[in-house]
Amino acid sequence: MKIVVCVKQVPDTAATMVVENGNISWGDAPLIINPWDEFAVEAALNLAADHGGEVTALCLGKEEETEAIKHALAMGADAAVMVSDPALEGSDNVAASKVISAAITKIGEVDLVLFGQQSVDTDTGLLPVQVARLLNWPSLTLVSKFEGITPAEGRLQVVRSMEEGNQVVESRMPAVVSVTKDYGEPRYPSFMGIRKASKAEYPVWSLADLGIDPPSSTIAWPEVSEPAEKEIVTEVIDGDTPEEKAKNLIDKLIAEKVL
Amino acid sequence: MTKKILAYIDHFHGKVQSASWEGMGLAVRIAADSGGEAAALILGEGIKDLADQAFHYGADQVYLADHAVLKDFRPEPLTDLITAAAEEYQPDVMIFPTTTRGRTLAGMAAVDLDTGVMVDVINLDWGGGKLSATRPIYGGKLFAKLTCSSSPEIVTLRTRAFDKPEPDPERSGTVTNLDVKLDPADQTTKVLDHQEKASAVSLSDASVIVTGGRGTAVNPALTPPDDLDEEAVEKWKAEKGFALVQNLADVLGAAVGASRAAVDAGYIEYDHQVGQTGKVVSPDLYIACGISGAIQHLAGMRSSKVIVAINKDPDAPIFNFARFGMVGDMHEILPPLTDGLKAYLEG
Ligand SMILES: Cc1cc2nc3c(=O)[nH]c(=O)nc-3n(C[C@H](O)[C@H](O)[C@H](O)COP(=O)(O)OP(=O)(O)OC[C@H]3O[C@@H](n4cnc5c(N)ncnc54)[C@H](O)[C@@H]3O)c2cc1C
Ligand SMILES: Nc1ncnc2c1ncn2[C@@H]1O[C@H](COP(=O)(O)O)[C@@H](O)[C@H]1O
Repeated sequence: MKIVVCVKQVPDTAATMVVENGNISWGDAPLIINPWDEFAVEAALNLAADHGGEVTALCLGKEEETEAIKHALAMGADAAVMVSDPALEGSDNVAASKVISAAITKIGEVDLVLFGQQSVDTDTGLLPVQVARLLNWPSLTLVSKFEGITPAEGRLQVVRSMEEGNQVVESRMPAVVSVTKDYGEPRYPSFMGIRKASKAEYPVWSLADLGIDPPSSTIAWPEVSEPAEKEIVTEVIDGDTPEEKAKNLIDKLIAEKVL
Repeated sequence: MTKKILAYIDHFHGKVQSASWEGMGLAVRIAADSGGEAAALILGEGIKDLADQAFHYGADQVYLADHAVLKDFRPEPLTDLITAAAEEYQPDVMIFPTTTRGRTLAGMAAVDLDTGVMVDVINLDWGGGKLSATRPIYGGKLFAKLTCSSSPEIVTLRTRAFDKPEPDPERSGTVTNLDVKLDPADQTTKVLDHQEKASAVSLSDASVIVTGGRGTAVNPALTPPDDLDEEAVEKWKAEKGFALVQNLADVLGAAVGASRAAVDAGYIEYDHQVGQTGKVVSPDLYIACGISGAIQHLAGMRSSKVIVAINKDPDAPIFNFARFGMVGDMHEILPPLTDGLKAYLEG
């Protein structure tokens, strides 16, 4: 099986985000692989181990944004591809999904494309379904379990989640899957893995390499801002006993019409 | 400029996700301001009565496809119909709820219609002709204003960010049936089974949420059965702690949430996790029990209207975001709080 897993570099989730002169900044916070994507890499590695095959990590970004690819390689991915082109600066999701689809097509003979649930920076969760639509492959989002894969028959079965419960879905392959945290804990990269990843070489494809023109973006974000400081006056609820504290809180909640 | 707005009504086997009506209400307001009109799009099986509801919530028109192949959620045929409806109705704006299904369908339809999506919008400005949408990014640490230069402009609305209109049972309108040209033998995907979730209240549309953190398992007053190892004792204690959280939630008709630490330790399922890598919520009342208030947790709940924090550490960061703070042991405070609220609400 040939599996592609899409990974993205993002600022650490513990970073304090600020806006300086209209630009987003995370100070000197470390850069990491998008945490959701670790679950996708974990699933990719397990599927390749169970069914035979190889895992390629795919990242669209600036050439120096190597953290996600390095992490995927350190976890055990066999290969990586970076797509980078100055023309992609400020791309929206539809534009990015066109580029990622083109890269998947160029990689060729792919059976399964795995994504994380969403990026923790832009929080959109659109790329998996948009790539699926562009490739005309089934889109299976929020998958927690792979129950049966028969690569020879080109079928797979997954459990995916919705607000009302889980759906067991059978689908044809190739398919696009986004993986949730429910899949299970991602492995830590081994020492050997980290060493291998730090020396790994991988191709960097431009749009010309993909044979496509720069896709146009129609979504713009002319303005970013920090949340208005909500003036929160914290009132500490006192009381000599837990009972008294509970009663005082209830009185406050009634007085402020919260109840 | 008059605007035509198409609101997608997301439902599961006919049970509507309430954010869909919030979207319908918004569609009606934009239409009214521009002298335009609002239509609802409803797809499924056995869902004809939802058309009446859509009229009650303000739709002028309903586009409907009621067909056996639409019984289960399968994004491909649904997107085909959404695209077809958009091509027929020619809306300027399409509105989806940011539910799991709404997000997926909005994203796929945008590809078909060669436009973009402004996702998880919390505020929308339509005064200038084009939309200006505000949405949280970086897990709510920042906000971005978005515009879309292509048409239709597609937005998905965060649940509870927009008002749900009062239904008017007198209203009605015209229904247009969409032609379903789907192949019932299509084997692209097949839904084999549906597994219901145990918890009845969903976090994203709950107006009250009670959450437990690692503190649920910190209760020296309890004596666990002595045949348990350390890990089992922790879980045993957490089970008791979460039972207190659940009792309070039951009294308030609230949903139960959890911190990631509680989820990772196996106290409760991931479905309950609130935060940057869990659910983002904004209830009227959020009661955090034994939660420190890590930045990733705050990202998921800081827009709650009133936050109550119960924590035994007076320096816990959660207190900086709480309207009311109680320094103390959650295991001692929750039982009298639950009883007191029960007495008040019943009396
Ligand atoms: C990539 C990434 C993503 C993350 N995403 C999320 C997320 O989505 N959601 C999330 O919640 N976290 C997330 N986290 C984890 C987050 O950083 C914290 O580790 C987590 O929120 C802590 O959970 P907690 O408050 O329950 O535990 P702790 O930080 O251990 O806090 C427990 C608190 O309970 C108090 N306490 C203990 N006993 C009692 C008692 N008997 N009575 C009252 N109070 C008591 C303590 O004083 C303490 O403040 C993420 C972390 C990373 C790295
Ligand atoms: N620049 C990128 N390069 C590769 N994969 C990406 C990129 N951005 C997002 N993804 C993948 O798409 C998923 C959803 O991202 P998003 O639609 O941006 O929320 C992520 O979890 C990643 O798996």
